[in-house]
Amino acid sequence: MPYPEELKKLIKTVESTRAERVERKKNDQEVPFMTLDERHDILQHHPDFKEEGRRELQAGPSKGYKIAHEMADLLEAKSRVDPDKINLENIDHETDVLIIGGGGAGTAAALLAQEQGVRVTIATKLRHGDANTMMAEGGIQAATKGHKDSPYYHYLDVMGGGHFKNNPDLVETLVTKAPDAIKWLESLGCNFSKFPDGTLHTIHGGGTSRKRMHYAADITGAEMMRTIRDEARNRPGQIDLIEFSPAVELILNDKGECAGAVLYNLETEEYLIVKAKAVVMATGGCGRLHIQGFMTTNHYGATADGIVMGYRAGVPICFLHTVQYHPTGIVFPEQAEGILITEKFRGSGANLVNIEGQQFVNEREPRDVEASAIIKECVVNEKGVPTPTGKLGVWLDSPMIDMLSGEGTVEREFPGKYILFKRYGIDISKEPMLIYPTLHYQNGGLDFKNTGETDVPGLFVAGEVGGGIHGENRLMGNSLLDIMVYGRIAGETAGKYAKEYTNGGKLTLEHVVKYNKEIDDAGVGGGRVAPMILPDYTDPRTREKQLTTNYVGTLR
Amino acid sequence: MSTTTEQTAVEAKMIPIYVMGKKYEVPETLTIMKALEYAGYKYIRGCGCRGGVCGACSTVYRKPGDYKIYTGLACQTVVEPEMYLTQLPFYPANRATYDFHALEGNPEEIFGLYPELFRCVACNACSKVCPMDVEVMDYIAALKRGDIAAAAQISFDCIQCGLCASRCMGELPQYHIGQLARRINGAYLTPRAEHLATMVANIEAGRYTECLNKLKSADEDELKRLYTEERELEPAQAGEDWTPKENVCL
Repeated sequence: MPYPEELKKLIKTVESTRAERVERKKNDQEVPFMTLDERHDILQHHPDFKEEGRRELQAGPSKGYKIAHEMADLLEAKSRVDPDKINLENIDHETDVLIIGGGGAGTAAALLAQEQGVRVTIATKLRHGDANTMMAEGGIQAATKGHKDSPYYHYLDVMGGGHFKNNPDLVETLVTKAPDAIKWLESLGCNFSKFPDGTLHTIHGGGTSRKRMHYAADITGAEMMRTIRDEARNRPGQIDLIEFSPAVELILNDKGECAGAVLYNLETEEYLIVKAKAVVMATGGCGRLHIQGFMTTNHYGATADGIVMGYRAGVPICFLHTVQYHPTGIVFPEQAEGILITEKFRGSGANLVNIEGQQFVNEREPRDVEASAIIKECVVNEKGVPTPTGKLGVWLDSPMIDMLSGEGTVEREFPGKYILFKRYGIDISKEPMLIYPTLHYQNGGLDFKNTGETDVPGLFVAGEVGGGIHGENRLMGNSLLDIMVYGRIAGETAGKYAKEYTNGGKLTLEHVVKYNKEIDDAGVGGGRVAPMILPDYTDPRTREKQLTTNYVGTLR
Repeated sequence: MSTTTEQTAVEAKMIPIYVMGKKYEVPETLTIMKALEYAGYKYIRGCGCRGGVCGACSTVYRKPGDYKIYTGLACQTVVEPEMYLTQLPFYPANRATYDFHALEGNPEEIFGLYPELFRCVACNACSKVCPMDVEVMDYIAALKRGDIAAAAQISFDCIQCGLCASRCMGELPQYHIGQLARRINGAYLTPRAEHLATMVANIEAGRYTECLNKLKSADEDELKRLYTEERELEPAQAGEDWTPKENVCL
């Protein structure tokens, strides 16, 4: 869908101010960054601050904590399967370390766990590599250039982005292990963008004081994911893979240790028992819950399953009162709605511009600040650009990048997005993109330590499912970093734990029975079951006609 | 602001499409993926990132009165009237297993792991079918010449959907071979970053420990002060050699 006439007219306005904005950029005359007080004020427009959007949890280890309704609905729900019907003596698969989730964190954990000399099994909902990691575009942060940067500045940036609420131990580990994570990926053959002498290209991201964003063109996450997935495939018999089989409950033993999981084979609808000495939870985020009705950048499987399982097993949650909305999701054309436009466009100089062609915010504020500024510009200031489907957006002025860095830069540096828009008849090196904030990241999650450990012995956490690293708001490039640093740590800790683990206990799902009862007693279940596993996008008119009362066999 | 189909479907013109031969009426503005969901399909296979990078939803289709085979990603391709399609979520392809760190990074190793490379007859069906417009035949040709770096570069946008392998007359698993080429290129043919190794060594030697301890013990007010007053910002247009005025904790 190329831009219709009415939008083409509005693009003229953007063009009329472009030369002057490029000139300012060249001379480093930036729109000033907001002070901490100004940030505080503009954040009142952020969806997190909508009181009607959340409620207090009525059950579980974090009872009383206020989080989004969509997440609370999953935590205030019963098991998908009757725990009493599951025969835990009938073990389908036994391993040393079970990794739940086949994305970046889970795969990094699998590699490091296996290197401790134990057997590893990855159980994943869809295919190995079906994860938000694959979709991450912009880059991975690490202070690797000692003449201008160090973990000290990276630490300060992470804390500032997270409103100074982050867990200091988790942040320290993140920033000090960051360069080693990049070095590890480099040794595995990940193709980071480099100068001919091997020096890594680095750019700014929102909230960075130094240019420390490393990248592989505009498919950084995909390049990392396919590299480590390929390495995991090189270790058959040591790293086993069970695809299309999401975990639905953790299994504990009578000593209170985590001892495996119940998997659900999506294709045969069987529930399978996996017994393990240690379990790494690496299920990722929650974008497909569409919190407050927002569109999302997330993978089809991002439904917060790990939060539900971990919470039922007794792990508290933290920082889930904040959710990250990426400032720049596509709003036009609608076929591409919600898809992420990497922050690297702004890092490379593209302004955010309103309907009058005016820049209204510095394009490199932290994500929550940037998203709030866009929402305010559209909703309060009424300077948004209306789309043909009645939505609002602002312009991301990508043609500036070619003017700043030379003709052909957009096509070379952003091949993925260039091709995507070209299919719709839009040349983003000549025409700006229309964007609006989109649900992107679960800032919070299960409570865990910088060793990967949780309150439940034998249960480890890695990646987006954990909370505390990013405080109340994550900076760009710290998620790919998080999954690599903490994936490796959780894998190593779990591997060592499993290697030394000797005495087992009797397997039990008593914690699930108890949790179901707690939901009943609080009267909050509403007939819901969780985890969700996959979202349902069936047209409601079709759903009205899906009237089966009882499923017979697998015929649905 | 939802991606649910009920919102996108409002008022759009309806067109017929044939899903594995069966006719459905769907709104003309939808992608193939959303059209199938509109029709009532619920995906287990054939759907992944929904953003055009994961390779789960490759789709093959034809149009009436046109001999050509068309391909696309279901999440990226807009429906067309009378198109008849099937998704191909998986296609078997053999992958060689190797000890990556034991490789030296020369073409002969690739030839040894994938001898079928030389079964390529240069028919170009692979490039024609690629939904990412990767010149698959060109990277296979580059490898036959022993040019691993060129193969890595040409294959870079590959999403490993497997459509190339499905059409290959020589029965090659192109996307696995391309993956090996890219890893060899990244690890063996590209110089390692010296500044990276230096930084890792400095961290291990404890160079920043004291500075970080100071930050960790600072209260929120002190952190805010350091963040606001003592955090020099590298200018957006600064070159590689930029250095800060203050060299505290470097």
